[in-house]
Parts: sequence; C-alpha cells; structure tokens
Amino acid sequence: MGTTLAEKVWEAHVVRRADGEPDLLYIDLHLVHEVTSPQAFDALRDAGRPVRRPDLTLATEDHNVPTVDVDKPIADPVSAAQVEALRLNCAEFGVPIYSLGSIDQGIVHVVGPQLGLTQPGMTVVCGDSHTSTHGAFGALAFGIGTSEVEHVLATQTLPLKPFKTMAITVDGPLPAGVTAKDLILAVIARIGTGGGQGYVLEYRGEGVRNLSMEGRMTLCNMSIEAGARAGMVAPDDITFDYVEGRTHAPHGAEWDAAVAYWRTLRTDDDATFDAEVVIKASELSPFVTWGTNPGQGVPLSAVVPSPDDAADEVERVSIERALEYMGLTPGTPMRDVAIDTVFLGSCTNGRIEDLRVAADILRGQQVAENVRMLVVPGSARVRLQAESEGLDRVFLGAGAEWRGAGCSMCLGMNPDKLTPGERSASTSNRNFEGRQGPGGRTHLVSPQVAAATAVLGHLGSPSDLPTNVS
Amino acid sequence: MDAFVTHTGTAAPLRRSNVDTDQIIPAEYLKRITRHGFEDGLFKAWRNDPEFVLNQADYAGASVLVAGPDFGTGSSREHAVWALQDYGFMAVISSRFADIFRGNSGKAGLLTALVDQETVEQLWLMIEADPTTLVTVDLESQTVAAGDLVAPFDVDPYVRWRLLQGLDDIGITLQSESDISTFEASRPAFAPTTLT
Ligand code: SF4
Repeated sequence: MGTTLAEKVWEAHVVRRADGEPDLLYIDLHLVHEVTSPQAFDALRDAGRPVRRPDLTLATEDHNVPTVDVDKPIADPVSAAQVEALRLNCAEFGVPIYSLGSIDQGIVHVVGPQLGLTQPGMTVVCGDSHTSTHGAFGALAFGIGTSEVEHVLATQTLPLKPFKTMAITVDGPLPAGVTAKDLILAVIARIGTGGGQGYVLEYRGEGVRNLSMEGRMTLCNMSIEAGARAGMVAPDDITFDYVEGRTHAPHGAEWDAAVAYWRTLRTDDDATFDAEVVIKASELSPFVTWGTNPGQGVPLSAVVPSPDDAADEVERVSIERALEYMGLTPGTPMRDVAIDTVFLGSCTNGRIEDLRVAADILRGQQVAENVRMLVVPGSARVRLQAESEGLDRVFLGAGAEWRGAGCSMCLGMNPDKLTPGERSASTSNRNFEGRQGPGGRTHLVSPQVAAATAVLGHLGSPSDLPTNVS
Repeated sequence: MDAFVTHTGTAAPLRRSNVDTDQIIPAEYLKRITRHGFEDGLFKAWRNDPEFVLNQADYAGASVLVAGPDFGTGSSREHAVWALQDYGFMAVISSRFADIFRGNSGKAGLLTALVDQETVEQLWLMIEADPTTLVTVDLESQTVAAGDLVAPFDVDPYVRWRLLQGLDDIGITLQSESDISTFEASRPAFAPTTLT
C-alpha cells in the first residue's frame, strides 16, 4: 500500500527504531529565537554538552525586538536581556545568528524560507508553534518546547511518536477575493481548534495547488490553530521555482539531484489518510473571527453568533465568555464592528505578497480618522523589497505606520500592544484573550480585509470600498 | 529529573475549558532567561480576580490541578509547564490535553493524567464539597483516587516509563550516538547548512 507525503518524509529521517519506543528522528534544520532558547542553552552549559550541529542551526531575533528605533539599544530591560543572552549563547556555541540590524533578521518563519534554508522533504523544528509554516514546502515542520530545543541542540535528533495523517482537500479554485487566510480560518471553524489534534494535515486539491508559496505558508502557518502538529503541501514546480537561486538552495548538479528527489515527495494514489475533510472552494468567502479562539470565525457577511446556536453546554459557555470579553452583541453584522487598530504583519501575513495586496487597496485611500494602522514587515528583506517597490510610501501616504521587522503586535511582547478594550483587525494568527495586549480584542482577518477595514473604520472587504476616482 | 511514582495531595478545581498557554502564563513572562521562579505568572490575568480558584484560601497548597477539556492549547511555551510546577503542581488531570503541552509536561516531569470527563466532573464535585479531599495520582497503577472514587487514567507508556525511572531525555538519546553518526554520513549532499 502507498504512503502519504508526511510518512515519506518521516521514514527518510528515522535514525533508530525499536519496538515500544518512539522513533528517533533526524532534524535537518533547527531554527532558534530569543524566547524559547535561553533555558535550553543554560541546561547544555550545566551538563557540559556542546551543540552537535551548529551548521544545521540558525538563530534570529524576532519575538520581542522593537520595530521603531531599531538602531538604538533595546529600551525594555527584559527584552534586552533575552536578546543579549541569545547573542552570547550563539557566540559561545558557534551558532550562526542574524541579529537586529542584519539584513537577514526577521521573523524566524519568514527568514528560513527566504534564505532558501527551508526545502522540500526536510525536517524542520523551532521552539515556536508556527514552525508549521515551513510545511508549505513539503517539509515536516513542527514546533517544539524548550526541553526539545535543548535535545535537538545536543543531539540533532528528537524521539517522536508517529503522527496520524489528515487530508484537507480543497475542491475547485478559490473564488475571487478569497485568500489562503480565509481558507484556513474556514478550515479551523469547520474542524475546531482541537480537530487536528495528533494529526499532520496535508492540504491538497485545486484550491491549494493554485496558491503561491506565500499563500501556502499562510495556510500551513495556522495548522497549529486547528490543533495539528504540522501542515504540509506536496512540493511542485511552484515550490521549486520559489527555492531556486536562493542563498542556501542547492545549485548545479546538486539542484538536479534535489529536484529529482523532491518530485517523489507526494502522497501515493493508493495511500490512505487516517481522516479526510473536503472543503468546497465555491462555498468560501472572506472570513473573520468574532471570538477568542481562531475557531470562532464566521464569513464577513454573517452576524455575531449567539450562545443559543451552541451545540452543547461547554460551547454555550465558551461563546458567552467570548462575547463578553469581545464586547459583542449576538446578531450584530460583522461588517458593523468598528475597529480601533489594524495590524498588518506576522509570520502568517507579513510577507511581500501580503504587503503588495494591502498597498494595492490603500493606494489613493486614507486610513479612517480614528484608526491606527501598523504595517510590520516579516523580515528586514521584506521591508527592503517593499521599499524598493514604493509600498512604504503608499502605506505612509494613507496614514499607516511603517515599521521595522519583527513579531510586533502579533503577540504584544514588544511595545506594540493593544490597550484594554481596544479592538483590532489583525492579519496574525491568534485572537486569544490578551494576546495583543492585556484586555485587547482581536479579530483575525486577511490582508485584504485588514486594508479595507483600515479605510472603512469597521470590518469590511475591498468590495465595500467606494471606488477610488483619482 | 526526579522520578515520579505516586503523588497524594489536595487538588484545585479549574472549571474552564480551552485553557490556552497564554492564560497559563502570559507572554510577558517569556522574556525571562532563568529556568525557575515562574509561579507568580501562573494564570496571571485570572489571579487578579479574588474569586479565582487559586485565590481561595481553601485551595492553598493544592498540588493537583483538575481542569476542563483542551487544557494547554495554543503556544508551545514550556514556561506553562514550569509555571505549574513552580507553583507546586505535580499533576494535571483533564479529559483532553493539547499535544505540545502534554509532550512538554512529560519531559519536565509534570504528570498529565488523561481521564474521562465524567471523572473530572466527579472530582470537581468532591473537591468543591471538601477542599481537604486528598487526591492520589498513582503512575504505577495508572489510577486517580479520591474518597471512594478510583478511576484509570491514560498516559503515554514511554512517558510513563521515563517518569517512573526519572530518566533524562538527552542521556537516553546519546546512547544511540553511533546510529546518529551513521545516519549523518548518509544524508544527501544537497541538504543545506546554515553556514555561509
Ligand atoms: S509573528 Fe506571531 S505567531 Fe509568528 S513567530 Fe512571531 S509571535 Fe509567533
């Protein structure tokens, strides 16, 4: 019987297998950032262990770096200490690092693909749950905890129990105006925040094949919000075209050998998945969240749900609690929800294509009076690329703020935070209570909806904008 | 790592589902670079509420947490496990745990006992009726016991073995050093390195 893509990548990395024990899996790429690594390096030092493969390890500063005044010392002492610890640890253990100010600094999940380090068929780990992003290349990529970070640093392997596999098949092409972000929000609303638990998701079907690499990254990025360990898309010519020519991509004869191997990385026709979900692309439309977990989403055209819609008591309580926290009344059209802040950025939607579509919508428009809009590129290179295309001027001209690269308001660890009760439309991936700042209220949206919302002052899509007669 | 064989202590009822790791410990605590002292950040937002279960004198000193389904969802931060341990919890009982949280717990020596929701409800009623109720989580027999209640719990067999032995993960793996070297020698030439 055939095997799935995830199983193929897994099998190619088994170092040791024994009955009743987890497989010992080799890790091809270990990405490191300042938040989940200090204790791991500490523990290595305690035990007198070296980093086994610094050459398969890469560090970058992203989670709590400031996005303004990036040339000055970090003002927050705790953030400064974490960043400083990372620099010292990398120097001591010989791990390459892209620090603030480096052209290759950025959000770890933007940097890996951008450098061509993320390639099909690899195992990629990072002490960050959105490592699932790298699955867009047909890599098996998943988040790990700090003890596992220590384990990979010391051994370049991880003992792991096999995951189950789930196919998410998107039938038909995505309708115009529907993005990868809308698709993944709809998937999560459909299967729930626990629906993918224990699974590696493989996104398939026409609606996925047509997505650009950046769209696929958005899709895989949020697999974790459905509870899955990882998400994958089988590599194809779109993948190879994206990887080719990047700094760490193979070249010459090695490129040919690599592509020949990568072409084998697909689920066999006779393989079976442990679970299958089919999404009809034609039924999709722009999607937004109303609640406090990414599964609490509805089409933009819908209304705020009521606790009475709940299937059971647990859900009813959860809806009630979310509505109270979000300050929303059941039955309110989502389009009537007024927004204070728009955040465009994060490892979900902080790439160049995201900035381009948002800038296209904002060109010749103005951000609404009472709305602040932050545009935070996912990496220093994305920022430079955007500036070379004049996108920064579009954002600034529309009244948005143009920032340096980092996680920023995605998690509110740096000074970019919501104040209590402040409501955001955010292209990030988590709308948990307080995620963007204590008391802050988050609606997850696509870059298109974010840009239109900034102009309208309430949730909306580009089709709601008055035509721009310039 | 200390071995975990059995533990008996009082318990705190956390009547909430979908407790994500941002609630267990908010992001601001992740900036610390030490490995201990996270107890002050545990359930930080909820601890401002005097009614919150951990603020009630009745549950001071609880070492077992009985939580609603989908405990530990969200961010992979292991600080969530450390905060629970630093606060004094030895075990968390729930009818559903998020995968990463559960993996992190096993490695750090915090037992996550998976029971059915009915057992959780029974435990909640018992502890709320009498907060001094002693709850025993026995890893050897894989049972949770309190008063007349004895219920089986589920735990990954490998995690169970490690907890019982108190074995450190890296030490176990490094016993396979030669397998790792052999594998490394067979990796394809096109596999990238991070050095430039
Ligand atoms: S952008 Fe947000 S989700 Fe992505 S790595 Fe940074 S904090 Fe995590």
